[in-house]
Amino acid sequence: MHIFANPARFLSIARPLTPWLGWVGAVLIVAALFAGLFVTPRDYLQGESVRIMYVHVPAAWLGMAGWSGIATASLMQLIWRHPLAAVAGRAIAVPGALFAAICLVTGSIWGRPTWGAWWEWDGRLTSMLVLFFLYLAYIALASAGAERGSNDRISAIFGVVGAANIPVIHYSVEWWRTLHQGQSIGLSGSTIDGSILWPLPIAALGFSLLFGAIVLMRMRALLAQAKVVARLKRMTAE
Amino acid sequence: MNHWPFIIAAYAITIIGTLAIAVASYAGMRRAERQADALTRRD
Repeated sequence: MHIFANPARFLSIARPLTPWLGWVGAVLIVAALFAGLFVTPRDYLQGESVRIMYVHVPAAWLGMAGWSGIATASLMQLIWRHPLAAVAGRAIAVPGALFAAICLVTGSIWGRPTWGAWWEWDGRLTSMLVLFFLYLAYIALASAGAERGSNDRISAIFGVVGAANIPVIHYSVEWWRTLHQGQSIGLSGSTIDGSILWPLPIAALGFSLLFGAIVLMRMRALLAQAKVVARLKRMTAE
Repeated sequence: MNHWPFIIAAYAITIIGTLAIAVASYAGMRRAERQADALTRRD
């Protein structure tokens, strides 16, 4: 990771990588969503509404993976004072919040025909809503820190502490067996039939690659803005 | 109950949200890098 501590070296890798991640991700998303809408069969129990899974599950994965990324970047900022760690945390926050929101909204839309309710204060739904609010708080803290121009330790500490919610989301369906279905995909296999399941990993990979491209673009923007501010300060001082 | 309006709404929200953040991030990056390059050329 210290290889990327130099912004110039990071940019030499990020510049060619960004379009590759973006375009490959976009192609995989289009293919997976087309298959999810028109190729896979309807579920015997849920009917056609099972197709919402191909957008809901990748959004949930990215909402949780995004905060895991923030927590990792925050740790690197606090322990090693990695110069790009705070930039990475800030770049992840907005897309992470967006995908957490998409997860909540698509889950609500899926819940109406499946459960007969738009919302329930179920363990999984509530812990995911908490994650969305954590994102909003992190965005506010990180923006305030960036405006002060300080090495913002408060948002980094918040990023690490907020990671406690990730295992709560993951195990919520086991700890509180309420409305949300239990874990259907694990390391040992899946309870979903293969004929319905196969576009899901393609969609998850596609959305993840596009998320990576979005984070790289936002990091590049933040680095360029920092460069402009530093140069303007130097020009003013001269 | 017809499930397709729910499916279409979920896909539309996901696609619009993803496209919006991808385009906004790209535009923000291009704008910031152009500003930085312009200042570099002035020196």
